[in-house]
Amino acid sequence: MVTTNTEIAYNSKIEGEVIVSRMDSVINWIRTNSMWPMPMGLACCAIELMGTASSRFDIARFGAEVMRFSPRQSDCMIVAGTVTYKMASAVRRIYDQMAEPKWVIAMGACASSGGMYRSYATLQGVDRIVPVDVYISGCPPRPEALLDALMKLQAKVRLERSATNLRRA
Amino acid sequence: MSATVDVLAVLKEKFPSATPRPSLDLPAVNLPVGDVPAALKFLRDEQGFDFLVDLTAIDWAEGVAPRFTVVYHLLSTVRHDYIRVATDCPSDESPAVASVVSLWAGANWHEREVYDMFGITFTGHPDLRRILMWDGYPYFPLRKEFPLAGIDTPLPDAEIMAETGARVIAAPMAGGPFVAAPGEINLTEAEPRAKDESWNERRAKPDA
Repeated sequence: MVTTNTEIAYNSKIEGEVIVSRMDSVINWIRTNSMWPMPMGLACCAIELMGTASSRFDIARFGAEVMRFSPRQSDCMIVAGTVTYKMASAVRRIYDQMAEPKWVIAMGACASSGGMYRSYATLQGVDRIVPVDVYISGCPPRPEALLDALMKLQAKVRLERSATNLRRA
Repeated sequence: MSATVDVLAVLKEKFPSATPRPSLDLPAVNLPVGDVPAALKFLRDEQGFDFLVDLTAIDWAEGVAPRFTVVYHLLSTVRHDYIRVATDCPSDESPAVASVVSLWAGANWHEREVYDMFGITFTGHPDLRRILMWDGYPYFPLRKEFPLAGIDTPLPDAEIMAETGARVIAAPMAGGPFVAAPGEINLTEAEPRAKDESWNERRAKPDA
């Protein structure tokens, strides 16, 4: 292809300070890169969650370093650990208090399925009380697995019809 | 050990109802339920057993009489010696023993846990509520007739149950219990898993 344009990137002088895009991709771009987690640390998985947030693995590279202990300010609940029936009500209540849009990562075997705790006291998978977007295997999962889940969630969010959903809501 | 033998002898002298209890490790003694508070107070104040290490119970299974035994482990920080005191609950239907919270404040949560798990009431306890399971849970999980998987009951929070439709279910055992393989170098192989994976929630257990 022959062209006289030698610009290979956005040039405000030529484009006139205007970028043309789709609402969906703009909204999703904002959402994916500042996904603030609600750290629902209930057991040993929470230690790996802390490791993921620290400098060696640095979840900040994916825009999710701002752990919010207020559900009002968080976008993504990371259920890290064993959910007992006694705790299940609190988990659901905190999920209900999060503002839309919101997502859930079930981190580790216990949160995903009850894990090895097949007992009278343990909720057999957090998806029985909240809708889960990404499950992570492992007992506990390594920080890389959590980062991978976060990237998978971001890929999922990028495909959402956000503008349409906004109009509908 | 000589000091401990003395304790048992002294205790026997003071409380003639005390009988020796077979034990492989600590010196142990059986006492009737009525003598327990006085005997523990005697051990604490006059024999130096100042620390209540553990307070727990045994369910000897349905049909066995007496069914419930409450066990106290005492440590003397002065003479560096242990003693175990056990007492059978007189009633199998509504087992009850006297609380020792007035002797050791630390007995408070131990007694709540024993009440929670075995349904043994401690008379005179200042705040006898469940401590692990939620208030209103209808069963006592460590009793012998209670299955490990649990029994179908409503969630503790009725509002959440109405919202989600979730209940406390009998956990699917699916070849469990779920155990990790110790000493396994391959961590994937060492993940906790059922011993028998020939059946699961969707595929019924084959007839033996």
